[in-house]
Parts: sequence; C-alpha cells; structure tokens
Amino acid sequence: MGVVVADALNPSNVRSRRAWDVAAAVPDPEIPVVTLADLGILRSVECDDDGAVTARVTPTYSGCPATQLIEQMVLEALKRDGFDNVRVESVMSPAWTTDWISAEGREKLRDFGIAPPVKASNSIRALFGETAVSCPLCGSEDTERISEFGSTPCKALYRCRTCLEPFDYFKCL
Amino acid sequence: MSDDLFRYVLRLADDHLILGQRLGEWCGKAPSLEEDLALANIGLDCLGQARALYAYAGKIEGKGRDEDDLAFLRPEREYCNALLVEQPNRDFAWAIARQFYFSAYMLPFWRAMAKSTDDDLRAIAAKAEKEVAYHLRHSAEWVIRLGDGTEESRRRMIEALEELFIYTGELFEMDAVAHAMVSEGVGVDASALRDEWRRTVDGVLAEAHLTAPEAAYDQSGGREGRHTEHLGHLLSELQYMQRAYPGLEW
Ligand SMILES: [Zn+2]
Repeated sequence: MGVVVADALNPSNVRSRRAWDVAAAVPDPEIPVVTLADLGILRSVECDDDGAVTARVTPTYSGCPATQLIEQMVLEALKRDGFDNVRVESVMSPAWTTDWISAEGREKLRDFGIAPPVKASNSIRALFGETAVSCPLCGSEDTERISEFGSTPCKALYRCRTCLEPFDYFKCL
Repeated sequence: MSDDLFRYVLRLADDHLILGQRLGEWCGKAPSLEEDLALANIGLDCLGQARALYAYAGKIEGKGRDEDDLAFLRPEREYCNALLVEQPNRDFAWAIARQFYFSAYMLPFWRAMAKSTDDDLRAIAAKAEKEVAYHLRHSAEWVIRLGDGTEESRRRMIEALEELFIYTGELFEMDAVAHAMVSEGVGVDASALRDEWRRTVDGVLAEAHLTAPEAAYDQSGGREGRHTEHLGHLLSELQYMQRAYPGLEW
C-alpha cells in the first residue's frame, strides 16, 4: 500500500502519484469540462510494490448510466499510460455527495453554463422548498425551476427571468 | 441470519426493479417532454437502487447469482415486491398516486436504514434517501396540480388515490423476516413509519383539497410471492430477452 507512508523517494509512491494524476484527469463522460477529480468521484489510487494499481471510484446518482463507463475510462487511461495491471473498484460508502465537487469543479461547471449545486443545501428535506439558484449566464438570482429532472440524472432544468435563457442546474445530492 | 438478510434485501430490490420497469413504460409517451424525462429519471434511480441491492443480495446468497440472474431469471412466485409497485399505469394519475404513496414511505424508510448496522445497506440508503426526496416532491406536486386542477384531472386523481390505497397497508407489514432484521439492527421497523407516512399523505391531499382515502381492507401477499395478475404481464416483457435468448449479453 504505497501511499500510506509518505516517502517521496519510494518508487511505488512516485508511481501512485503518477497513477492518481492520470485517473484524476479523466473527464466526466457527460460533462467533459470537469474531471473525475473535480467531481470527487475518484476516491483513491494505490500502486503496490509489484506495480499493480487499484483505483477506487464512487457512483454518483444511483440511476447514473455513466457509472460503468467511468470505470472503463479510468481503466483505459491507466493502461494507456503504461500501467498494465489495473483494477477499478466501486466503493459505495461513504455515499457521494455534491459537496465533494471541488471549488475548481464548481467554477468549470458555471463557465460551461451549468449552475453548480447550492452547497450544503437542505432544501431537498423540505417537501416544497425551492432552492435559490443563480443564473450561470448573467448571475441573476431571479430564476425559476422548470423541471426537477433534466437531460441526465444529475441535472434539473431552470430558466432565468432576467436574461430569459434556460439553463441546467447540477442538483444537490 | 444470512437467509433472512438475503430475503430482506431481495424484497427491497424487487420493489425497485418492478417500479422502475413501470416508470420506464412511460418513456416516449408521457403527457409532456418534461414528464417523459422526469419519469424516466425516477425509473433510472429505482433501477440503480435495485442493481446495488441485487448485487448485494447475490453476495449474501453466495451461490454465484449476480444482479442479472436475480432480476431476469426468477419465476413470478419468487418475486417478493409489494403489490403497490406492480399496479399498472392506467393513466398518468395512477403513476403519480403509486409514486406518491411509495415515495412517502421510502423516504422515512431509507432515513432509518441509513442508521443500519449493515455497511452495504447503510451506504445504499444514504444515497437513496436523497434521491427519494426528489421523487416525493415531484409526485406530491402533481397530486396537488391534478387534484386541485380541472374537474377531469381531479376525478382521475381521486380515482387513482382511492383504487391504489388498498395496497398501501402492505408496506407497513412486519413478518418474521422483517422482525429478525430489526432485532439484528439491520432492518427498519416499517410499522413505525405509518404515522409519518399518513401525515405526509394527509398534508399533501389537504393542499390539493382532497380527503385522504380510508381502506376497507388491505390487500397483501406480495412479500410471499402472491401477486396480482399484473406482475406476470410485466415480467413477460421484462424477461423477454433473457427467456428468448438465454445468456444474451451486449
Ligand atoms: Zn440569466
């Protein structure tokens, strides 16, 4: 278990870090502007002394059809980079939450036109709570929800009343 | 213990597979594009929850059956879903009423399950609880919109809520398997969720200016594999590919 001991000169640590960088840079198949690391989907990458790599990813929404594709993409990226013995595991616990999306990831989403999840929102606990979502295009907070379910399981449809553009909201989980 | 746990997890998996299949039937023919997306998305959540549960059930059973074997290769009498989820989509109001009753039950169920002593169930529950909150909100909004809408939408909403009500009691039944799981700290005491469920249902129906139905009797049997006529038809469609071409993969 290479990364446990922080020895920068240990070759398996160097390889672990390299493997992490490769897996971390894999783009999300549905929102390619953000990486798996940005989304907090990549949990750990370990390279043992024999060079075997174990990458652990966590599923996002239960119904996300991209989960298997993501595992496949991590596998292929690592193999392309010269790691021959690669295993990708799916870890369920602790459950992924949108709070794990990095600050950088949130900015990338906004630049792409997707409003990032309202952080630590407890709105879904209130039966009819509306979340105040600001428009990723003009910044206005005068927006309305069109539908809680959008083009992928992670998105809701909103509309801006100021610039009148429709936009996706990466909903809170 | 492990046999009870297998059956307990399988019930939950079956509930979600069958409901997911019913929701999928709307794909391409829901009343609006937004609803087409919404029902398909909710169906996908159910399917995803079912997959995680089947995979875990297969692991507990330890006979080499995977999620696909459990989902596609059992006869009707071995499915132990609640009768509510297999009820057909007579119209949009039926789909909404079924979802509303079920989600109002699953929300407190998953919340309680998130404190289970079982690691796998706890992880599945933590995610599912947040997803079901969206499902409940979606169906509750439609109950209000249809119930407090036109004369026709109101008539249909009332009919669906009343017709499906006899299947809700089964959700709260506790049998030997469920009791065993509760005493292990693994399962949820479903009977204790009834008051909260009733409060949620009554609150939303009051908002829709509807009165909550009372059941003259409860229809049950799903947990023991005694189903309504509708499950067989659903399974013949669900299992068609594996029955016609055994072992087919793509
Ligand atoms: Zn705007």
